[in-house]
This record gives sequence, structure tokens and C-alpha cells, in this order.
Amino acid sequence: MSAFFRNPRAARRSPWAVGLGGKGLGGLATALALLPLSAGCRQDMHDQPKLQPYEASAFFEDGRAVRPRVPGTVRRGAVIGDDHLTTGRVDGELATTFPFEVTAGVLARGQEQFGVYCSPCHDHAGTGQGMIVQRGLKQPSSFHVERLREAAPGYFFDVITNGFGAMYDYSDRIAPEDRWAIVAYVRALQLSQNATLEDVPAAQRVALTGEAGQ
Amino acid sequence: MTQIFHPSFNTISKVTIFGAVFFLGGGLWLTAEVNRSGYVTNEGVVREQPVHFSHKHHVQGLGIDCRYCHTSVEVSSSAGMPSTKTCMTCHSLVWTNAELLELVRDSYRTDDSIEWTRVHDLPDYAYFDHSIHVKKGVGCTTCHGQVDGMPLMWQENSLQMEWCLECHREPELFVRPREHVFDMDWQPAEEQAALGARLVEEYDIQSLTNCSTCHR
Repeated sequence: MSAFFRNPRAARRSPWAVGLGGKGLGGLATALALLPLSAGCRQDMHDQPKLQPYEASAFFEDGRAVRPRVPGTVRRGAVIGDDHLTTGRVDGELATTFPFEVTAGVLARGQEQFGVYCSPCHDHAGTGQGMIVQRGLKQPSSFHVERLREAAPGYFFDVITNGFGAMYDYSDRIAPEDRWAIVAYVRALQLSQNATLEDVPAAQRVALTGEAGQ
Repeated sequence: MTQIFHPSFNTISKVTIFGAVFFLGGGLWLTAEVNRSGYVTNEGVVREQPVHFSHKHHVQGLGIDCRYCHTSVEVSSSAGMPSTKTCMTCHSLVWTNAELLELVRDSYRTDDSIEWTRVHDLPDYAYFDHSIHVKKGVGCTTCHGQVDGMPLMWQENSLQMEWCLECHREPELFVRPREHVFDMDWQPAEEQAALGARLVEEYDIQSLTNCSTCHR
């Protein structure tokens, strides 16, 4: 499912590398005239035999330099043994709490990640009318319906991790910590659409109403 | 014995010797120019691709963020080529019968790779890392140009060492706030010199021009 590249330079490696004809002065003049054309003709150091990400490789059967992860291996830095964080479940049940404290920093990260991965369909307010939906993708449910407002945080994490309906899973694209940050931001979005003036700190009400709070 | 060379040859030989300097100089200049041209660097050369993917449509038209597909750009040396699954996230439901996407559907079905033509090909002796550049406030467009206006992808800059060094010598002329790295339309709201100097301080951006920074 991954992609690899053909080497764009391979095709034009040879034409200018051939010996230059002519003898004596004529040869020298020819060589000098052709000198500019020889620029960039040798690419041995440029294209070393080592394999780089997404390069093609004749060595492996599938033609890719990138190798699939061997089952059972754990990548460096991966969290293991914390089901709450990585599966969104506690004792098999959808988690009702976050695995780490939700700070302003977490919410900011969640907002950013939501903008990148979720807003194309769910739109920036979470009503499910993003650009891709306008172009024909099935409209997802709004985050502001009763069912989802009452859903546990673990439910949203589970949907991001395993997909839901027409939505593909994002487990290979969004790290667990960022998935939780997105869940936290979805919670903030839900609050924003059902908030009253009393939810706004008194000091900031002025900006909304134009008058100082009582 | 008659003279082989007429006296006028004195002048001709002088002119020839004098002219050779310009001839050689011209040859060297031409070599340098060709070396910097798109013929060698591929700068500005639109590359043909097996699937006519348009960044212009996906980025400018639909507003999809760079990171939606290039997921590893913040954490890895490689920005990451999206797997076919990423394409199919939408295209399993939109443009499902488009002939244009036949290769994509094939790849998803068979697990065979789509053989894209690499547009940005750094020499194997240069060790470039996307994640550190993103962290230090180098915007996507700074190196890749207005990708949101590219129907087919091309390389905006030469990617030659002298080009890298322009920024490595004076990063303050190019860096931007981190939160705008993926912003395609970002323009400095103040003098770049003042902003750059502040960011260099804040992000601890160093002017790294040691050979071993990139060549190991």
C-alpha cells in the first residue's frame, strides 16, 4: 500500500559519459565546447547503493525499500501496556476519562490536529459539513447531537482508532496522544455549541455582550 | 628562404592568445550556468506522474492541510508519502469510477506500489531532516514554493548546496512563527529582519554551516 519512486536520474546517466572524439586542437576545442554539457553526468555519489525511504529496490520481492513491520516488534518510543492510552478502553469498557490531564496545551494541539485530519469532513465546528462532504462524501453525524454529547471520551478515541461506517481508521496517521488531544478538543467544541453566558468567565463577558458582568 | 608567416600574423597571434582567456573564461562561465540551470537541477521542471495528482485541487481547492497526507513531517526525516489507503479514505466514496484513479484502486486492491516519479531528489550524501526544519520555523513554501498552485508537482528551487546555505548562513531572513509553518499564504506582518531576529532567539536557531551538519 505504500509508494516508491523511480530514480529520475538513472535514465540520463549515460549520454554524456562517452569518450569525446577528435584529436589534438580540434579535440580540445570539441572537449571545451562540450564541457558545459558534461555537467552533472556522473551520479555515483549522488545515487549510492544504500536504500532510502520510499526508494525502489530490486532486492525485495515487493520492490520496495521500506519494509513492513515484523509482527511483534515495537517501535522505539511506543507505549506498551497502557490500554487506556492506546486503545481507549479500561478493562474492556470505553474509557470515561482521559489518560492524562487535559491542559490548555493539549487543547491547542487537539485543535491543530482536528484542523488537519477531521475538519475536511467534520468541518471546523464539528457539524459534519466539511469540504469533502460538500464534494460527495457521506455526511457524518454532527458532534452536537444528544448521542455524541453523552458519549464517553473513549468512544471518540475508538472511532479515530478503528474507523466508523464510511470513515477509515486513522491509527496509522495520528499518534495515540494526539488522538486523545483531538477527543479533548471535540469535547470543547461540544461545550462551545451549548454554552450559556454564565459559562464565560466574568472578565471576558464584556467582549461578547459589550457590558460589564454583574 | 621566404618567411612562412606574414608580419600580420604577429597581430593575429596576440589576438588569439588574448582571446583564449575570454574563450576559456566563457567556457567556465557557461559550465557554471548550465550546472545551475533546470537542465541539471530539475528546478521548475514539471514531472510526469503515473497518476495526475493535483496539489492545486487538493490544497487550494479543498483546503486539505499538508499534514493530512505527509503525516511524518513533524517527527521524521522524511515528510512521508501517503499510502494508497490515505487516497482511498476519500476516494472509496468520491470519484469512485474515475479512470484517473484506476491505478490507485489497483494499488489498494493488490497492495502493489504506485511508482511515483520523485520530484525532490537530494544527493545521497546530504542528510536532510524535515522534522527539525519544521520545528525551527521553516515554512513548507519557503523551500517547496506555492505547492497549492501546482497542478502537477515541480521543484521550486535548485536544492543545490549554495541554495541551502543561503538560509543556513542567515536563517533570520527566512524563518516564520511555528504556527504558520503549514500556512500556504503566510506573509510577515512586520519587517522580516525584526521578526527573524526574534524567532532566532526564541527558537534557538543556529546558523549551521559546518560540513558535517549535512554531510556525514
